[in-house]
Amino acid sequence: MVKIKDYGTYETAWCPGCGNFAILEAVKKALVSADLEPHQVLFVSGIGQAAKAPHYLNANVFNGLHGRSLPVATGAKLANPELKVIVQSGDGCTYGEGGNHLLAAIRRNVDLTMLVHDNLVYGLTKGQASPTSEDGFVTKAQPHGPTAEPFNPLAVAVAMRASFVARGFSGEVDHLAELIEQALAWRGFSLVDILQPCVSFNKVNTFAWFKQRCYILPADHDAGDFDAAMKKAYEWGARIPLGVIYRRESDSFEAQFPAVAAGPLAGQEVDRAALATVFNKYA
Amino acid sequence: MAEKKLNVLVGGEAGQGLATLGPILVKSLVRAGYHVVVTQSYQSRIRGGHNTFAIRVSVDKIAAPREAVDILVALNAETVALHRGELASRGVVVVDETFAISGDGVLVVPYKELAAGRYRNVASLGIVSYLVGLDERVVADVVAGYFGKKKKELEENRRALERAFAWAAGVDTSYQRSLVAVDEPPKRLTVNGNEAVALGAMSAGAKFCPFYPMTPSTSIPLTLIAHAEDMGLVVEQAEDEIAAINMALGASYAGAPAVVATSGGGFALMVEGVSLAAMTETPVVVVVAQRPGPATGLPTRTEQADLEFVLCAGHGEFPRAVFAPGDVAECFYLTRKAFELAQNFQGPTFVLTDQFLADSYRAVEPFDVGGLPPVGAYAAPLEFAEPYARYAVTESGVSPRLLPGASRHLVVVDSDEHTEDGHLTEDLDARRRLADKRLRKAAGLRAEVIPPRYEGNERPELLLVSWGSSAGAVAEAAAALAADGVRAATLHFSQVWPLVPSQFVNRLRGAKRSVCVEGNATGQLARLIRAETGLDVGERVSRYDGLPLTPEYILRELKK
Repeated sequence: MVKIKDYGTYETAWCPGCGNFAILEAVKKALVSADLEPHQVLFVSGIGQAAKAPHYLNANVFNGLHGRSLPVATGAKLANPELKVIVQSGDGCTYGEGGNHLLAAIRRNVDLTMLVHDNLVYGLTKGQASPTSEDGFVTKAQPHGPTAEPFNPLAVAVAMRASFVARGFSGEVDHLAELIEQALAWRGFSLVDILQPCVSFNKVNTFAWFKQRCYILPADHDAGDFDAAMKKAYEWGARIPLGVIYRRESDSFEAQFPAVAAGPLAGQEVDRAALATVFNKYA
Repeated sequence: MAEKKLNVLVGGEAGQGLATLGPILVKSLVRAGYHVVVTQSYQSRIRGGHNTFAIRVSVDKIAAPREAVDILVALNAETVALHRGELASRGVVVVDETFAISGDGVLVVPYKELAAGRYRNVASLGIVSYLVGLDERVVADVVAGYFGKKKKELEENRRALERAFAWAAGVDTSYQRSLVAVDEPPKRLTVNGNEAVALGAMSAGAKFCPFYPMTPSTSIPLTLIAHAEDMGLVVEQAEDEIAAINMALGASYAGAPAVVATSGGGFALMVEGVSLAAMTETPVVVVVAQRPGPATGLPTRTEQADLEFVLCAGHGEFPRAVFAPGDVAECFYLTRKAFELAQNFQGPTFVLTDQFLADSYRAVEPFDVGGLPPVGAYAAPLEFAEPYARYAVTESGVSPRLLPGASRHLVVVDSDEHTEDGHLTEDLDARRRLADKRLRKAAGLRAEVIPPRYEGNERPELLLVSWGSSAGAVAEAAAALAADGVRAATLHFSQVWPLVPSQFVNRLRGAKRSVCVEGNATGQLARLIRAETGLDVGERVSRYDGLPLTPEYILRELKK
C-alpha cells in the first residue's frame, strides 16, 4: 500500500496562504487512493508558480517550458504508455501560452490528466491579467482591466466534446482529491480546472469570494448530457459549480499506434530483418 | 556512337505527372546500372506553374548536376520556350504534336494516338527510355512496382508504355542517344536525400517522429510513416513545430529515440525547444532542410543560408554537433552519427541539408544492415551512486541516464537551473557546477569530429573550400580545372560544428589562392573559419538565386 509519506514533504517557494498548498495535498491524496507508487507517475509541468508543484513531491518530473507541457506529456505517454502521466500548470501557461496545445490534446484524447491551477492572474510575473481574468480586473499592465473577454476553459472543452471535464476548488480539498482520483482513473484526456486564490496578486477573486460562490454539483447532474454540461460550463458569477461537468467515453489516442501496443518504445530493438526489407524497397 | 553521360530534363506544369515520370525513369536507370544526380525544381503551387525534373545519368560515378541538356522532354510548350537555350549540340527535344513546334532535333510525338490524357506522362517515359537505350522490361518492372495493386491504373500505364516504345522504335535513329550498356548491373538503391535521412534514422533506432509539414523537409516524416508499421515507429503530425520538438523531447526523455525535421521557419519555432533539450540533457536529432529565406522566402528552392542560424540557435550556452551531408549516402550515415552523438552526449544534434539534396535522387551502394552497429535505444546506464541523481557531476559531463518508470529510481529533469537531482535551484554554486558539467561534453564532441575532406594537388594554386550539398559541384569543378592544368584542390566540410582548426589550417595556409564556395550571399562558412582560426578565406563564390551550385556556375564565377 502506498502512503502519503511516500510522496515526501518539501520546502516550497509559495506564499503563505497560497491555494497551491491545498492542491498539492489533494494531488497526493488522490495518488495514494489510486495506489500509484511514485516511480509509476510522471508529472509534466510548464512555467509558473503552479508548474513548480511537481518539485514538491516524489515522482518522475519533466518541468519544461512555459506553455509546452502538453506536447512533452503526449510524447512521453506515447513512448511509455505504462506511465501515469499528469500535467500540472497554471491558467497562463495552459490557456494562454499553450492554448493551441490544449485544443490539440483534447482532439487527440491522449490518456493523461491535465490539472490547471486557475487563480485568474499571473502570479510569478507579479500580477498581470491571465486569460481567465474577469472584466474590470485592474492591474499595472491592464490599468483599465483586460481588453479581451475571459477565456472559458470548461465551455471550450465541452464544446469540443472533451473526454472528461471537471472543476475543483482548493478550498474543498477532499472533493478535489476525489475529482483528481476520478480523472486519473479515466481512460482518455481529463481536464480538471482548479480554482484557487492568489493571496498576493488577486484581491478580487479571494478565498472568501470563491467560498461564497462555489457549490458541489448535485448527484442528479448528468455529465453525459451535452446540453446540461454546456449550461453548467457557463455558470459563473453568483454561483460556480464544482464537480464532473462533462464525460464522454471514446477511444484513447495511443491505441491507434500499433507500435505503442507492443509496450514502451524504449525497450524495442531495431528489427534488422524488417530493416533489410525496407532497404530492399529502394532497390 | 553510344554515350557515357547524358543530361535529361523533363519539364511541365504541376499536375502533369512529373513526380511519377521522374522517379520511375531514375529507378529504371539505376537498375540498368547507371549513376544519377537528380535536380528537382518546382514552384510553390499544386497545379500549373513550371516544374522540372533533371536527371544527369552516367556510366561512371558522378557527383553533381550539369547545365547543358541532351534530351529535353517537354510536357508543355512553355518548357521548350524556357529551356531550348540550355540544349547541348545535337540536343533532342521531345514535344507533343499539338505544340506546333518543329525544327532540327525536335521529335514530334502524336501522344493522342499513344495514350489518353492522364497516361501521357508514362508515354513520355516510354519515349525517353527508348531514346536513351533502356530495356523496356526494366522500365515495365519499375512501372509495375510503382502502381502495385492499382490494377486498372497499372494496365493503362503498361499499355501506354508499350505503345510508346513501339512508336519510338520506328523513328529516325538520329534522335537516339543510347547510353553505353552496363553489363551485369550491380544492385544499387535509388534514394533521395530526405529518404536517406529517414532510412538512417530508422537504422539508428529512431522510434518517434512528431512533425509539422514544411517544404522541403516533409518527405522525411512521410518516408518514416511509410515504414512505421514494419519498423515499430510512431509518427504524429503535431499542431505546430513548437509542439513537434516538445513531443520529441517528452518521448526521448521516456526512452524513445526521436527525430524532428523541418525547414528554416519551422526551425525558428523549435528554437526554444533546442535550448530545452540542452538544459534537460535530452537527446534529439533535428534535421533542417534549408530553403531560401528570410521569412517564407522561396519555399521550394534551395540555399545554404541557415548555417549560422543552426550554429547559434537556442538561448544560453551549450555544446552541439552539426552535420552537413555532402551527398545522399552521407545523409544516411551522418544521420546515424547524429543519433549516436545525441544519445551518447545527451543533447541536441543537427543534420543540415537543403532542398537540392533533399529531393536529389542518386544511385547509392546498398546499406549493409548487418554491418551497421546499433546506436542503442539510449546510452547504457553507467554505474551510479544511490540515491539516483539524473545530473550527477562527472568528468566527461555525461551523467548516468535512467528512464522514468523503468525502475524505482525517480528521473527528475528541469528547464530551470537545477541541482544534481534535477530539482530547480537558485544556488549559484550549483549553477556553476552544472553549467561546467554540461559544457564539458563539448570535449567529447570534439573528439568525435569528422575532419574536413581534402582532395587534389598537395601544393595547390587554387583551393576550393565548401560545405554540405555543394560537395559534388565543387569536386567536379576542381576536376575540370585540374584537367585544364590548374593545380586545384578541395577542402570540404561534412561536419560544420565543432570545428577543430588543427585538422585543416595547414591546408588553408598551403594554398596560393583559396575560395569559399557557398550557397548563400554573405559567406557564412568563410566567416566561421575566420572566427575559429583567424584565417581569412579571401575569395568567395556565392549562389543565392534559389538554384543549386553547379560545376559550370563555379567555373564561370572563378573566371570573373
